[in-house]
Amino acid sequence: MTSNATPLEQAQSPWREIAESERLERELHDRKPQLSSGNAVAEANRCLYCHDAPCIKACPTGIDIPTFIRKIATGNLSGSARVILDANILGLSCARVCPTEVLCEGDCVYNHLDQPPIQIGKLQRVATEHAYARGERFFERGEPNGRRVALVGAGPASLACAHELARLGYLCTIFEKRDLPGGLNSTGVAPYKLHLEDSLRELEYILGIGGITLQTGVEVGGEVGLEALASDFDAVFIGFGLGEDGFMGVEGEDAAGVHGAVAFIERLKTEPGFSVAGVRSAAIIGGGNTAIDCVRELRGLGVPRVQMIYRRDEATMSGYAHEWTYAKAEGVQGVFHAQPLGFVVEAGQVRGVECARTRVEEGSGRLVVDAGEPFVVEADLVLLAIGQSKLGSLLADIEGIQLDRGRVVVDPATGQTGDPRFFAGGDCANGGKEVVNAAAEGKRAARGIHAWLDARG
Amino acid sequence: MADLTSRFAGITSPNPFWLASAPPTNTGEQIMRAFDAGWGGAVWKTIGQPIINVTSRFGAVHYGRSRVIGFNNIELISDRPTEVNFKEIYEVKKRYPKHAVIASLMVESREEWRDMIKRSIDAGADGLELNFGCPHGMCERGMGSAVGQEPAVCEEITRWAVEDSTIPVIIKLTPNTGDINEPAEAALRGGAHALSLINTIKSIIGVDIYKATPQPQVRGASTNGGYCGPAVKPIALHMVAQLARNPLVNVPISGIGGVETWQDAVEFLMLGATNVQVCTSVMHYGYRIVEDMIEGMERFMREQGYATLEDMIGLATPKYKEWGELDLNYELIAHIDEEKCIGCQLCHTACWDAAHQCIHLREDTRVPYVDTHECIGCNLCQIVCPVPDCITMLEVDNGKPQVTWQDYADALARGETLPAGKHTSQTALS
Repeated sequence: MTSNATPLEQAQSPWREIAESERLERELHDRKPQLSSGNAVAEANRCLYCHDAPCIKACPTGIDIPTFIRKIATGNLSGSARVILDANILGLSCARVCPTEVLCEGDCVYNHLDQPPIQIGKLQRVATEHAYARGERFFERGEPNGRRVALVGAGPASLACAHELARLGYLCTIFEKRDLPGGLNSTGVAPYKLHLEDSLRELEYILGIGGITLQTGVEVGGEVGLEALASDFDAVFIGFGLGEDGFMGVEGEDAAGVHGAVAFIERLKTEPGFSVAGVRSAAIIGGGNTAIDCVRELRGLGVPRVQMIYRRDEATMSGYAHEWTYAKAEGVQGVFHAQPLGFVVEAGQVRGVECARTRVEEGSGRLVVDAGEPFVVEADLVLLAIGQSKLGSLLADIEGIQLDRGRVVVDPATGQTGDPRFFAGGDCANGGKEVVNAAAEGKRAARGIHAWLDARG
Repeated sequence: MADLTSRFAGITSPNPFWLASAPPTNTGEQIMRAFDAGWGGAVWKTIGQPIINVTSRFGAVHYGRSRVIGFNNIELISDRPTEVNFKEIYEVKKRYPKHAVIASLMVESREEWRDMIKRSIDAGADGLELNFGCPHGMCERGMGSAVGQEPAVCEEITRWAVEDSTIPVIIKLTPNTGDINEPAEAALRGGAHALSLINTIKSIIGVDIYKATPQPQVRGASTNGGYCGPAVKPIALHMVAQLARNPLVNVPISGIGGVETWQDAVEFLMLGATNVQVCTSVMHYGYRIVEDMIEGMERFMREQGYATLEDMIGLATPKYKEWGELDLNYELIAHIDEEKCIGCQLCHTACWDAAHQCIHLREDTRVPYVDTHECIGCNLCQIVCPVPDCITMLEVDNGKPQVTWQDYADALARGETLPAGKHTSQTALS
């Protein structure tokens, strides 16, 4: 067994308890079920095996997709998983949560042939699940090199970074402020894509390489200072993601039934007994992917009326068009050109969102709020999905680290910050992207740390 | 309407699509259903001394998403009593007088042959097909391909049959021979009225690598079987064409081997077959496939202006030449339709790794381009391209005279050099 067996196993019991408890997310089932082995082979055989394939270039982690698909076609599922996980150790979750429609599958050449693209995500899932089911491991911890790296946050970026460092022979310690590790894969990803237990399954698989210690319930900046980490360790990776949900700062926002979207999703994924029973009508404010996740989740949980309130029109929403198409098909309604002004509250309980009409001013293209009579979108549950705070301020003490609108500025080749001891990746550096971006940036930082320490001697 | 009526060695059938002697023609009941589905004739499952079969009997090659591109069997001839088979031939012929019913026979001694031939004629069979082709099980007993592989034996048994028969005698040939002309000419010396080919190719269909056992397995072991199905069609086409252009072969040929569609059948006819026989595709999809074979061939003939089958038969045979008769100065180059190209770059990989390194990539586009000066027109890019009509082969007017290898070699012998081949002189490329 690996050297971190003890801390891992100690840490496992609270996760297991939560993972096995009755949580609301369990009512949301897989929207893209796993392919049967026969269908997987048939789909794999459709792959053209392109030269210098566009799908590889579209993958932030650069998985050699035609190679892993060909291995599925030949029945070499373990080899297929090895190819995937070699490029992206979060291949299991990425297979389910990646917006493949706009990444690998979006660039499949079949799109130019009036044929559906290869179902790359589903094939990746078949291969990675095969390896997980057999407990197959492909990578060994490198010969210990005596170097130690601290990682802040136990989300996808840190996990990818730590795993890569472990392969290179580093000892890693991950500090996570929550009791539950895994970052947004555990607390934020839409349950119809990934459940908490699958996030934890992947986390345990990653930690299984050895050489990685996970300390949960430890908030860096509190009892453990960043400076202290930097002097205790050879380098520090910052992967602490984004902060709290943003609020509008209007009256009634503290009423019962008004929640930040990310916090709300975390509760439905991780809080035993949390329920939306009795909610008749929900309104979600925002037009990004978190907003779309919320509306789809609430519809999936049986809330009869779910509306999304967005300031502009459908075409300008930042959420993925394919996700919004699914949402509409599931019965979600959009309220467009609506600017929330405040809340209708009765006896401390929210009853609606008061909105003004907006329009785009001709010429300037600016969004302006109409002076006309406000209207009310009735809702007894309101979620705010208007962005999360940036945590860059936590780095204020570290002089060299530069921030850009709250994001940590890093060297795009190495993930190194302005203070060479610190590297960063994931949402805190990219402002909030996909799991696969975090995985790529975590791995990039590991290589960056290794190169920097090697150069320093 | 084009006329699909088939006239084969004096045997008339409504169309040229016959079922080959095989499991689909095992019983009268099956054959009558096949005729109802549209088949023009059927060669009965080979009749001889009843045998005992093993389990399992069949194996197949699957490729990618396609099942059964190749098929093999270790089943022997009919395991039913001979009298049952002859009684059913009688019944079928009585109910379907316009359809061709051929008795396939395989026995050993002259007396047995005489007996079987008489009973076939008495049952009303339209013709006899002597199974000199089966490459498994029966050949070890001195029958089937053991006969087809020995020209003297082939000739002798053919002669017996022709002497004893009042109906056409078709000799079914095995492809398991060095030169198909030898058994064919032997059969003709024996007086055969027609030839049919190919029987199956001796094969081992595959190995179960987890049990280290060849397939199909019979209690942990296997044996060589007969290979057939779509994958063998090119071999069958070649052998049919070899006989069709052999001036000694002056009898009709029944083409067999991988026929599944009307196009396949037209190919056999154009290379000299008078009709076709089908088995594997029926084993895969059932008798119903004949409906499209009939409709497709009739439509093709009408559109192409062929009134009868005879108008098509052998059209391609004169164009099957020796390599040395081909023009060394005929020049093609590949052309990629940039609008149709989807950017898979398989043509680039294929050309680069396996052809002439003349399809290149560019910055800013995934559409490759052809270096026409270096392209040798081999077709590989067109073959691997997944997009219909994206890569075409364009003929180059290079102004060179037609020069065959024979011409070239003759000139060399005279001490001259003829311009031949792409890079021997200036070509008309821009």
